[in-house]
Amino acid sequence: MKKMLAGYDAVAEAVKACDPDVIPAYPITPQTDIVERISEMIADGELTSEYVRVDSEFNAASTAIGASAAGARIFTATCSQGLKLMSEPIFSASGMRLPLVLGIANRSLSAPLSIWGDHTDTFAERDGGMIQFYAEDVQEAMDNIALAYRVAEDKDILLPALSCLDGFILTHVQEKVDTFTQREMKEFLPERDPVHTLDPSNPTTMGAYARPEHWTETRYEVQRAVKRSKDKIGEAVEEFADVFGREYGLEHNGLLETYRTEDADVIIVALGSVCGTIRYVIDEYREKGEKVGLVKPRVYRPFPAEELNKVLGDAEAIAVMEKDVSLGYQGGLAIDLKSALYSNGSRIPVLNYIVGLAGRDVTKDVIKKVVEETKEMRGKDPSDIGLEEEERWEPLREELLPGDKDD
Amino acid sequence: MTGDPYKDMKITKGAVAKPGTTLVNKTGSWRSEKPIVDNKKCIGCGRCAKFCPDMAIKETEEGKFEVDLDYCKGCGICAEECPVKAITMEKEDK
Repeated sequence: MKKMLAGYDAVAEAVKACDPDVIPAYPITPQTDIVERISEMIADGELTSEYVRVDSEFNAASTAIGASAAGARIFTATCSQGLKLMSEPIFSASGMRLPLVLGIANRSLSAPLSIWGDHTDTFAERDGGMIQFYAEDVQEAMDNIALAYRVAEDKDILLPALSCLDGFILTHVQEKVDTFTQREMKEFLPERDPVHTLDPSNPTTMGAYARPEHWTETRYEVQRAVKRSKDKIGEAVEEFADVFGREYGLEHNGLLETYRTEDADVIIVALGSVCGTIRYVIDEYREKGEKVGLVKPRVYRPFPAEELNKVLGDAEAIAVMEKDVSLGYQGGLAIDLKSALYSNGSRIPVLNYIVGLAGRDVTKDVIKKVVEETKEMRGKDPSDIGLEEEERWEPLREELLPGDKDD
Repeated sequence: MTGDPYKDMKITKGAVAKPGTTLVNKTGSWRSEKPIVDNKKCIGCGRCAKFCPDMAIKETEEGKFEVDLDYCKGCGICAEECPVKAITMEKEDK
């Protein structure tokens, strides 16, 4: 059924269709509307989940882990500082191989405080054994919730999954979407069938203690599971297309999508909602006969290294536009992309644009400037450019910066 | 429990183990101070056992409390919580 929904409403609709057993909830802007909408659904009898009003994000994640250990399907949502407070327990969830699905309304991290969106909150969770999906629009945010359950609860995977959508830009925009019902969802998403469960009649200890003789192997198992999830995401998007008719990068294992890249010599790599504007700018370049394209990773972990190599291999210059910076080096996506490309023997120059932090608009003009500068890199070797020159903050309002002698 | 349950332990999905496996890890060896209970002062309220983060204090048949030094890490919370100051922390001789 087609409906006009805000991003938060759409995520709540998707959660309803996936029918979780337990939903611990704690508010944080701009996520709050997701769990608020879900609480209304439960109050109205549309959803029978156990809704637990907890006293912090730490408690929300811990309650989710406890419920998942007991075999329940769970959902919770957060972002920014709230995700940081959940971070400690969620690292345990991946080690304990407990599936969780979290809706993340991406928001910048303090300080200074900002309620607006970027990807610094989820990128900081990169190393925690969580699958990370990123959505470009409201429909994809909704569909990624279903895909996240399907992959996270798979017996070969059993991991936490973050289903990310850009705070405000997607959570609070209304778009026309195809919704699904619980009955339709049953065709795609089987009931959770847990491997180990908390059961007083057959007690187990989960994740309690490992000595140095065992710990490395437990981590290696998580590493294998996250890597295996690439194929499971591929299977899931295929079946999703069969059941619901919507396709997400079928030819790239569901891990990325491409736009006008076939013969492109300049390619932009970007995550999330900014891709909509980038597509628009690419169309303008194509009308002028210039070969510009877009690669949109749909997941950041597992990292789609092979798939990126396949679609970027013939480019002459690449620009990574990302709403993240790993302070002290470059943006996380650019770092990982260059590692994937250059380990594969590529010498394509990659410029790293830090854009859209804390909700700053990424305008058509910014994207055009990125394309123009990246065109200049064609034919160069990365060593001709160098790390400092690769990293570009666009725009950077230098007139606002304090001088070296100012307080 | 006999032998070391970790010896031939295989990794399961999620490092799930039989309960009680960690009993062989005698964390009392970490201790630099140990609690000494004065049973003449003890009023049997059980606060020490409730607050012990390692569940290393157990009630005796006489309604008093004794410390399992195999697992007591010497944190001193019991001594802090005892309302009649029946527990004192004493340096371990090592």
